[in-house]
Amino acid sequence: MADNLLFFSELLGMPVLDLKGRRIGRVKDAALVPVVHASRIDRFLVTGGLTWLTIRWDQIRSISLHKGLSLSDEVLTPYHDDEYMLRIGRDLLDQQIIDVTGRKVVRVNDVTLEIQNDGARDSLAVLEVDVGLRSVLRRLLQGALPPRWIRRLQERIPPNSIRWEFANVIEPDPLRRLRLNISYEKLEEMHPADLADIVEDLSPAERGAIFETIDNEVAADTLSEVEDPKMQASILEGLEPEKAADIVEEMAPDEAADILSELEEGASEEILEEMDSEPKTEVRELLEFEEDTAGGLMNTEFVALHENASVDDALAALRGNEDLLDGLNALFLVDSEERLIAAVPLARLFVAAGDAKLRGLAAETLIQAGVDQPQDRITELFDKYNLLTLPVVDDDGKLAGVITADDVISILRKK
Amino acid sequence: MVKLLSRFRYHILIFFAVIGPGFITAMVDNDSGGIYTYSAAGAKYGYLPLWTLLPITGVLIIAQEMCSRMGAVTGKGLSDLIREEFGLRITFVMMTLLVLVNMTNVMAEFAGVASSLELFHVSRYVSVPLSGVAVWFLVVKGTYRSVEKIFLFSCVLYVTYIISGFLVNPDWKEAAIYSVKPVLLFDSGYIYMLIGMVGTTIAPWMQFYLQSAVVEKGVTAKEYAASRVEVVVGCIMTDVIAFFIIVACAGAIYSVAPKDIQDAKEAALGLKPFGQYAFLLFSAGLFNASIFAACILPLSTAYSVCEGLGFEAGVNRRMREAPIFYVLYTALIVVGAGVVLIPNFPLVRMILLSQVLNGVLLPLVLIFMVILINKSDLMGEWVNSRWFNVATWVTVIVMIGLTLAQVGIAVKGTP
Repeated sequence: MADNLLFFSELLGMPVLDLKGRRIGRVKDAALVPVVHASRIDRFLVTGGLTWLTIRWDQIRSISLHKGLSLSDEVLTPYHDDEYMLRIGRDLLDQQIIDVTGRKVVRVNDVTLEIQNDGARDSLAVLEVDVGLRSVLRRLLQGALPPRWIRRLQERIPPNSIRWEFANVIEPDPLRRLRLNISYEKLEEMHPADLADIVEDLSPAERGAIFETIDNEVAADTLSEVEDPKMQASILEGLEPEKAADIVEEMAPDEAADILSELEEGASEEILEEMDSEPKTEVRELLEFEEDTAGGLMNTEFVALHENASVDDALAALRGNEDLLDGLNALFLVDSEERLIAAVPLARLFVAAGDAKLRGLAAETLIQAGVDQPQDRITELFDKYNLLTLPVVDDDGKLAGVITADDVISILRKK
Repeated sequence: MVKLLSRFRYHILIFFAVIGPGFITAMVDNDSGGIYTYSAAGAKYGYLPLWTLLPITGVLIIAQEMCSRMGAVTGKGLSDLIREEFGLRITFVMMTLLVLVNMTNVMAEFAGVASSLELFHVSRYVSVPLSGVAVWFLVVKGTYRSVEKIFLFSCVLYVTYIISGFLVNPDWKEAAIYSVKPVLLFDSGYIYMLIGMVGTTIAPWMQFYLQSAVVEKGVTAKEYAASRVEVVVGCIMTDVIAFFIIVACAGAIYSVAPKDIQDAKEAALGLKPFGQYAFLLFSAGLFNASIFAACILPLSTAYSVCEGLGFEAGVNRRMREAPIFYVLYTALIVVGAGVVLIPNFPLVRMILLSQVLNGVLLPLVLIFMVILINKSDLMGEWVNSRWFNVATWVTVIVMIGLTLAQVGIAVKGTP
């Protein structure tokens, strides 16, 4: 074990020596001030008698495991709390932390610090937060055995730590008013499904804290990946209606409708009020349908063209609807009354001439479902005809929406 | 009127959405040990001990209500909260005790499985390994929802005790009188029995399980009112079952000839003269109760330990991701089921030991619960009211006193 490492559990209780080498107290806690420096221990909290004193990092001459902290300046101030301080013992130790690289939620058992020397003085920098068995052992034995022995004992256990830069501390507790200047970029870079896994492991307040912070689009994707509909609903309910509306607008209308239908009427109405008018109408229409029918499953993200349209018209329409392109695999032809006539597999456009009529490229048989078809019937259709997209028509035969294979997979997984 | 109806429907829906945790926890309280205690009480003292069921119900409700409230409000399990508020060392001690206590409990449950199926002439060398494997697969391969459904079905099976109580045709008038008329005999055996009855009421693992289950179920502070109803109903149902067990044994054994019974199997055999069905139902009930508890105990233990010490946990994680969770879970089942198969294993002494450890652990758990639930930064407006606190402290002190008395008697030997 390198000598320039110091564990927080070892720092706790370390003697503090004044200029003449007399002990004036023991270390009780150490704090970062993230707005000043992201990893340097800025203050040490020391208690001698009844009062707690604060030592600034630049008042220290040397730090070592045997001798403790030696000061270079004895003028100490009484401790007072301020909101910029992240106290390791109070705010970090034993709390849950997100390991963004390992995509999981773990608990902080100890913190590894590095003793750095800039020529004039020693200072401590937070290197890693320790999770796992090794740090549990160290914490348990600290005080019972000399630190040297513990270091030797723990060497047999593989370390399990998260680098400080990769760990995001979430501080939702309004009473402590602690805000970290940690960027949420790392969270936003993750795949929404992985982020959703993490979110599911957190407590409601922490979930809220994450959704408040991340980008609306990422939030929307993550929310749709959360598996439990009740949890989705409670996340939305926990947010301010405006923020919730911003997130819902980014979601596919069918998923938005599904989640809003889980909310109490008052709450979902509040969110709908805040939404922009276009997505709002779509979501409202979808909300009218029973959840387990074709109408409740479908979304309104489709491209429909007149039955006489040509391939060129189709390409023009697609250019105008670029946000739909990701999930699209068929176009639909409707007559002048908007009644569904035929479906054109998207891939056929590539091999057809620009002036070819779409009518000629359409699939031979048109598979469609009525809005009140039960969910079981829908999954049956997908299975039987190997569908990717199923158009849904209303009672007059008008195209109302589409159900895509991923909706069907979600249904089947829930069973 | 329509609005009123729809509000009523809404409340019913909420109730069924939160049902599960409270009911299951209360029912598992009547595990093989509980059934033995109640049977022995009925067989030896007839209807006299029935009055204790009323205060027992009260105590059970007070303890369970606090846990489900904490779960709903904080969204964290009990071992999470203990870890965050009291630190690693205390958590570690508690978790070690919890594992030891629960390990012996699991042994007792598998012993219950063995003896109940021996009544149906199934050798324990067949029944115990098979049920061990079944329990392991059920939880590892199932999801929280599917497992909860099986557990709820298991709760319904407790009705066998009610039917067998009726089949024995006991003296209902006397049962009714002694349900409300406290009788204290200054007979050491009677007092020991009373202590035993109260002592089996609250087990430390129940508090951990209930709170985690409420969290896992996603009950929020908003829906908590319905959750509270569920807890209360569950506790009452539990003691209704206990009532019928005592009454059945009082009618079948005590009224013929009062005697000491050594295990729950003997109670079932005592019902035989009252018809094959009474006997069969009582035995089937014992099997159901034992295997039910054998499912829940190892699972809840593994969850609590991993949550508290900050290891990855959960059946939706793969084994590689949560190794400690799976090792612990499997070890509890293997050891618990294994020792039942070892001839001449000192099971009685192990159960005695478990009572002693229980006596150390339970006071800690209860005191921590009361401290936690009074922390306003955790619970906000949901902290205990003053009168509830008085009731809680009285309960806690009485429970601690009785548990310690039980330990004392267990150590000194039954009078």
